[in-house]
Amino acid sequence: MQSDLILKVTDLDVELEGEKIINNLSFEVKRGDILTILGPNGAGKTVLLKTLLGLLPHGGEIKWKKNIKISYVPQRLPFIKDAPLSVKDFLKLKKSFDKEIKETLNSIGFKESLLEKKVGDLSSGQFQRILVAWSLIGNPQVLLFDEPTTGIDIEGEETVYRLLARLKRERELTILLVTHDLSVVYTFSNYVICLNKQPICYGFPQEVLTPENLQKLYGEEVKYYRHKH
Amino acid sequence: MSSQFLLSLIVGIFVGGAAGYLGTLMLSKRMALVAGPLGHLTLPGIALALIYSFDISLGAFPFVILGIVFIWLFEIRTKLPMEALTAVVFASGVAVAFLFLPIGQAEAALVGDISKVNFWESAVSVALTVFVFLIITKIYPKMVLIIISEDLAKSQGVNVKKYNLVYLLLIAVIVALGVKIVGALLTAALAAIPACSARNLSRNMFQYAFGAITIGIISSALGIFTFELTGFPAGPLIILANAVIFLISIIFKR
Repeated sequence: MQSDLILKVTDLDVELEGEKIINNLSFEVKRGDILTILGPNGAGKTVLLKTLLGLLPHGGEIKWKKNIKISYVPQRLPFIKDAPLSVKDFLKLKKSFDKEIKETLNSIGFKESLLEKKVGDLSSGQFQRILVAWSLIGNPQVLLFDEPTTGIDIEGEETVYRLLARLKRERELTILLVTHDLSVVYTFSNYVICLNKQPICYGFPQEVLTPENLQKLYGEEVKYYRHKH
Repeated sequence: MSSQFLLSLIVGIFVGGAAGYLGTLMLSKRMALVAGPLGHLTLPGIALALIYSFDISLGAFPFVILGIVFIWLFEIRTKLPMEALTAVVFASGVAVAFLFLPIGQAEAALVGDISKVNFWESAVSVALTVFVFLIITKIYPKMVLIIISEDLAKSQGVNVKKYNLVYLLLIAVIVALGVKIVGALLTAALAAIPACSARNLSRNMFQYAFGAITIGIISSALGIFTFELTGFPAGPLIILANAVIFLISIIFKR
């Protein structure tokens, strides 16, 4: 494997309960890349992230650079409010020490007083940034984010992406990001995979996000919704 | 204070505390009531224990394990929700038990009887609860992570299946010990109510767990003292003490 190559995926197939979710997908990620995985709902984006983490059975080959530290944040944590959990409790679940927790919290612009706050009492924007903090604990080299701005307003969304961009510079991170938001791709990432079960495009956003490709990517979703009603 | 009373009190306090502790995980996992069906399912075992006069927990234990295996298998085999499956299991347990449960001893089976617990039974119960307590403490952070998100836990290298199995076995032990004190009908409450009260009062994980243990201990002690004074059965009194504390916790909800 080349020295700056972080991940190489070759002919990936994922089938869950008899249904093909991902078909014949190949791509590479180099150190420092921000790769966006773009596609409509149900396109297999989340499944792709989970497969890359080794959580799902698959065909083809997924090759991570040796000894690489990966951090993953799922799209939603619906049950997090079921246990009374302070911010500190939550961050401590990721095997870490008080010192690292405080430093991480500072690096994302929060004061230490937030540690004692109940996770359930955070605003959605604050919570999303706490998830970013969670992902940073343990000094990972790669972050896998599933829709990091689900359910927060536009201002909060900008804050999260600006934060991620800054952290990427400071910590030399490689980021793989799932989204269905086209604007994020242009402003934030340098590579994009368009996925709707089949790979539709892969490359630099400015080059591959052509009207034809976008039509192919989202056209099916429109049809799907019409079909439903 | 008679030594018999002291034994009852000690067993009640230990089991009450450990059940409260485990209950915090069960409540967060939305399984607060799962101890109910399991408790009911122990009835045939309790009936056998009463007929052949051996330890109630000993009779109950194989049936709890059976119940857990059933629920687990049903969940894999069918797409029915856990809750519906437990309903199937627990009604069956009650039905079987009432075919041969000696009616004169039905009260002890249904609402427990801690007043006759002997020294060795007590010693074993205490040892088991200490063991359960230590294991819960060991698995607690990982279980909370699993509750928040199984994917998140797996991405951290947590063996989710293993932890869930250990957790279910702990429930089995607590149910088997609980039925001796509060009976088959009320075991679920021994785990569920302290956790509910503690959740009303806590802002973090430590307060939640510590609160539930404390409330479990206090309710058991209150129930057993009241039993000594009034002669009403201890099981229902323990649960009522729990319910009163729950009502108070609503007033002070944070």
